[in-house]
Amino acid sequence: MTAIAAPTNPSTGRLFTDTAVITRRNLRHTLRIPGVLPLSAVMPVIFILMFTYVFGGAVTGSLPPGAEDEYVNWLIPGLIAQFALFSGENTAAGMADDLQRGSVDRFRSLPMARLAVPAGRTIADLVRAVFTILVMLGVGALIGFRWQTSALEVLAAIGLALAFAFSIAWMMVTLGLLIRSAEAVQAAVYMLVFPLGFTSAVFVPVETMPAWLQTFAAHQPVTVVANALRGLMLGPDALPGGHTVGGDVLWTLGWSAGLILLFAPLAVRAYKRA
Amino acid sequence: MRGIAMTPIVEVNDLRKRFGKEVTALDGVDLAIPADGVFALLGPNGAGKTTLIRVLATLLKPDSGSARVAGIDVAADPEAVRAKIGLAGQYAAVDDYLTGAENLEMVGRLYGLTAREAKRRSSEILDLFGLADAASRYAKTYSGGMRRRLDLAASLVGRPALLILDEPTTGIDPANRREVWNLVERLVADGTTVLLTTQYLEEADRLADRIAVIDHGRIISEGTSDELKQRTGPAVIELDLPEADRDAAAAALGLDQVASGDLVLPAPDGYADLRAALTALDTKGLHPTGVNLRKPTLDDVFLELTDHRPAAVRAES
Repeated sequence: MTAIAAPTNPSTGRLFTDTAVITRRNLRHTLRIPGVLPLSAVMPVIFILMFTYVFGGAVTGSLPPGAEDEYVNWLIPGLIAQFALFSGENTAAGMADDLQRGSVDRFRSLPMARLAVPAGRTIADLVRAVFTILVMLGVGALIGFRWQTSALEVLAAIGLALAFAFSIAWMMVTLGLLIRSAEAVQAAVYMLVFPLGFTSAVFVPVETMPAWLQTFAAHQPVTVVANALRGLMLGPDALPGGHTVGGDVLWTLGWSAGLILLFAPLAVRAYKRA
Repeated sequence: MRGIAMTPIVEVNDLRKRFGKEVTALDGVDLAIPADGVFALLGPNGAGKTTLIRVLATLLKPDSGSARVAGIDVAADPEAVRAKIGLAGQYAAVDDYLTGAENLEMVGRLYGLTAREAKRRSSEILDLFGLADAASRYAKTYSGGMRRRLDLAASLVGRPALLILDEPTTGIDPANRREVWNLVERLVADGTTVLLTTQYLEEADRLADRIAVIDHGRIISEGTSDELKQRTGPAVIELDLPEADRDAAAAALGLDQVASGDLVLPAPDGYADLRAALTALDTKGLHPTGVNLRKPTLDDVFLELTDHRPAAVRAES
């Protein structure tokens, strides 16, 4: 007989190995499929340029002092928060694609950990998020973005954005597994992320919105994350009255943890039934 | 090991599965598949073949009934079943942007092999499947036949006790189909038990030791290819008539339905039946343009059993 291990209850070690194997497979796809990596930076860059030059002049007057009267300073941390959300579309579409191509059937017929396929997808997509964030900071710097704090705080901001992106990825994996078709997934994800992305403090301060919208806009996760990133990159002066950097950071971590706790079990459930 | 060889590799009892209110995919399937050789599940599209395969591969939970693979209940311990099977689905589930070797090594790792074992197993199978030269190329550059072979190879990485192939030759050209057949025959010679589904009678006839015909979610007949052929008697008559005369001829011969193509009728008494049929047509002034008295094929059996002409025959006739 051969040395095929056939554990009936995969151990934790098995979960790590399987997740590593799937992560590596997805990373290879990200790095090898032509266009995937560059294209994931195109939308953010278009947003940066469009909003800085088209809206920048109109909005500058209503910015908090921490932005130093430069719209691009205000915009970049906000857009990073927004793209942590928007990049989830790739995650959902990738998962649906695996379903359509039969890869999920193959994985499900193997004696591997049930969590490994969704986890391998969310972890691999973090690498793409790192790339997108670095491109955004780079392009931002070219057109005048200057952070007002220490490098350490900027690193913390990047880490925080990644934590939020990771939690969104779990939601998107779940969506991808439930909706099943890559094309339908795209439409569904846009329906979710566009309203959430734009009714936030990403582009304009919440105070400029009508009262009925303010309550929602001030508390929804994209605003919370945008505030936390602004606090870390621009200092406390960039925050709405009454907010502290530490408070917004904690709220961001709370949202991220909550989304993961909610969607990781749902993702595994959807995977088992896929 | 000896004990397992004595019991069937697959045992299915009164298996039922519905999708929504309308579709009954499995309507009480009973089946025992011996742990030896090739077993073919033959049926038209929508007969329930893939649903049955998905239950056995632990991808789908049945509504009721039970299924055991290698003596293990699929509902009670799916994880243990997965360690015993290899599955190749209808579409080659290979990763385009991994090389052939990377595809197989990944599957090996997921079966629990160490990196080194997975590498060794991968190159072993690539050799066996004639893909060694293409091992370090992306699967994207493979031809359709090579992709199918790579997919088949992936299902063998874990040395499964049961290899499950869902329509292994659907959508590939005749040359590649023959190649897949040769591979399956070699695997069987090496002692692998294969369960395959097919809509192609020729495929079942060529490969399978035993065949179950499935239609509308039920097994309607089971046996060796020869046993199934006996169902229509020792011979059949095939008559070719001009299109315009076909309905009249069918009526004269007492056939209730006419498929497009030739008229086929059973001929238990051989030549005497042929003479009677020709006389019956003659009295109506109908003259066949072609006459054939021959042994029945699985085709005829299939038609007789299911009222469907299988897709492959329709396309070729």
